[in-house]
Amino acid sequence: MQDTHFRSGRECHLVLPAAFRASIPVLLGYTTLGLAFGLTLVAAGLPWWLSPVMAVFIFAGAAQFMAVGLLQSGAGLFEIALLTLLLNGRHAVYGLSLLGPFRSAGKWKPYLIFGLTDETYGLLTTVKAPAQIDETKFFAAVTALNQSYWVIGCTAGSLVGSALTLDTAGLDFALTALFIVLLVEQVRAVKQWGPYLAAASACVVALLVSPRNFLLVALAVATGVLALLRGKIEESAGAPRPDSGGGA
Amino acid sequence: MSYFLLAVAVMTAVTYFTRAVPFLFFAKRQPPSLLGFLQKYMPPVVMAILVFASYKDIDYGAAPFGVPALVAGAATAVLHFWKRNVLLSIVGGTALYMALIRIL
Repeated sequence: MQDTHFRSGRECHLVLPAAFRASIPVLLGYTTLGLAFGLTLVAAGLPWWLSPVMAVFIFAGAAQFMAVGLLQSGAGLFEIALLTLLLNGRHAVYGLSLLGPFRSAGKWKPYLIFGLTDETYGLLTTVKAPAQIDETKFFAAVTALNQSYWVIGCTAGSLVGSALTLDTAGLDFALTALFIVLLVEQVRAVKQWGPYLAAASACVVALLVSPRNFLLVALAVATGVLALLRGKIEESAGAPRPDSGGGA
Repeated sequence: MSYFLLAVAVMTAVTYFTRAVPFLFFAKRQPPSLLGFLQKYMPPVVMAILVFASYKDIDYGAAPFGVPALVAGAATAVLHFWKRNVLLSIVGGTALYMALIRIL
C-alpha cells in the first residue's frame, strides 16, 4: 500500500458523505422526475431499456422528455440534433461561471462538463466543498450522485411502467409543466418584452408557414427577430455594460 | 432499434457539445457580444415557444375545449411563481391535469 493510496482512500471517506448531504435537494427531484420520464417513455410505446440508456449517456431531463415525442413519430436525426441543440443551448452559459473552478479538475473535467444539468449547475455554483476536501473530488461526487438519482428514477419508471398496466394517460403533461416551470424562471430573470414579442411573432409565422415543421421554423424566425431587436433590448436593459456580471 | 441508438448517440453528442462550448471556445478569450446577447435572451424565447408548441395541437373546438391543459398549465405557473419549487410545480400541475382529463 502506498501513501497516496491511503490518503485518497481516507479523503473518499469524507467526500461522499459531504457530497451526499449537498445533493439531497436533487435526490427527491431527480428520482420523481426520472420515474415520470420512464413511465412516459414506456407509455409512448418505446422499449424500456431506452430510459436507462438515455439517463446514462444523455443526462438531460427536458431533452429526454422532448425526445419521447420525436422518437415516437420517427423524427429525422437532423431534426433531433437541431432541437436538442436549441433546447440545451441554455447550458452553453453555465460553463462560463465554472471556467475557473474546473480549470484544475484534470481527469474529472470531461465528466464534470458532461454532468452540467440545470440542477447540478445550481448546486456546484452555490455549495462550497468542506475545508479539508479537494474541490474537484467534491464536485465529481456531487455530479455522480445526481446522475445516479436520475438513472435510478428513469430505470425504475420504465420497469414499473412495463411491468404494470397503469393508467398513465395525461402523464405526458409533465413535459408541458416542465417547460412552464422553465419559462417562469426565465420570466423572473428576464424582465423584458422583447424576447416574448419575438417568440409570439415567430409562433404566428410558423403556424402560417409550416405547422408541420413548427418548432424549427418558429425557433429560426425567433432568433432572427431577437437579433433585430437587440439594440432596443440592450437599451432598455439599462446597464451600460450588460455583461459586466454585476447583477447585484 | 438502431434508429433509437443512433438518436441517443446524436443527442449525447449534441448535449455534451452545448455543455462544453464555454470550455472549448471561451477559456482564454471573451465570447463575441452577439453570442452573449443570444445566451441571455434566447432561453426565454425557446421556453415560450416550447410552451406554445405544447398547446397548439389541442382541439379547442370539442369538449373539453382544452380546459384541462389550460387550467393545469395556469396552476403550474401560479404554483411556481408562488413556491418556486420545481418538483412541487411539475408534480402538482401534472396530477391536476391527470385528474381533470378523467373528470371533464
